[in-house]
Amino acid sequence: MPSIKIPTPLRAYTDNQAQVVVNGDTVGAALRDLVTRYPDLKPHLFNGDEPRSFVNIFVGDEDVRFLQGLDTEVQNDSPLRIIPSIAGGR
Amino acid sequence: MHIQLTRDLQGRIFGQMEGTYPNEGGGFLLGESVGDQITIRDITQVENVFEAAEQYHRYAMTPLDWARLEDEADAKGLILVGYYHSHPDSPAIPSIYDRDHALPNFVYIITSVIDSQAVEMRVWRLRADRSQFDESALVIHE
Repeated sequence: MPSIKIPTPLRAYTDNQAQVVVNGDTVGAALRDLVTRYPDLKPHLFNGDEPRSFVNIFVGDEDVRFLQGLDTEVQNDSPLRIIPSIAGGR
Repeated sequence: MHIQLTRDLQGRIFGQMEGTYPNEGGGFLLGESVGDQITIRDITQVENVFEAAEQYHRYAMTPLDWARLEDEADAKGLILVGYYHSHPDSPAIPSIYDRDHALPNFVYIITSVIDSQAVEMRVWRLRADRSQFDESALVIHE
């Protein structure tokens, strides 16, 4: 099963686990399984059914926006990672 | 929530933010979290990758910068506790843009830089419901 690395500030919602093993054969299915297990994550990852634009999902070193988005297939050993967009301004 | 920062680290942040003026600068805060106290042990400046013409009011880092620094912090037993950035010629108060990009359980240090001088540092944390920031107490020690 694929595992997802959780960004440090959101580990408070995954019982302080940095890695969570999920079910799913696509990025979207894996993320939906993640927020089903840990519902408090959802408002920080999704806007409705779409991922928030300020959240990046990587498979290995690849941003899924440059692959097939939520339809990107994942293998059992695919390392998924959630990376917040860090930005600011006055 | 209290945020502990040494005078030396505060001076390094001020120096970096004065160095990037009139553009925004920023970086990561590494440290420890115990109870209602966060102690910042180290800082790492990260290049502003926002398009150059907008850097006077915008700061961004790449996702791979986050991944690299988070992996380093995890390996050292430290926590990526937050990030800092500057507001050139503007107050050290989070903007709507800041809030849209923020996460709860993360420390946001904002430094106001006026006429190339760092004049104020304030610390903020986003509420879990994302509705607004609350200011945290900043304790500067030797």
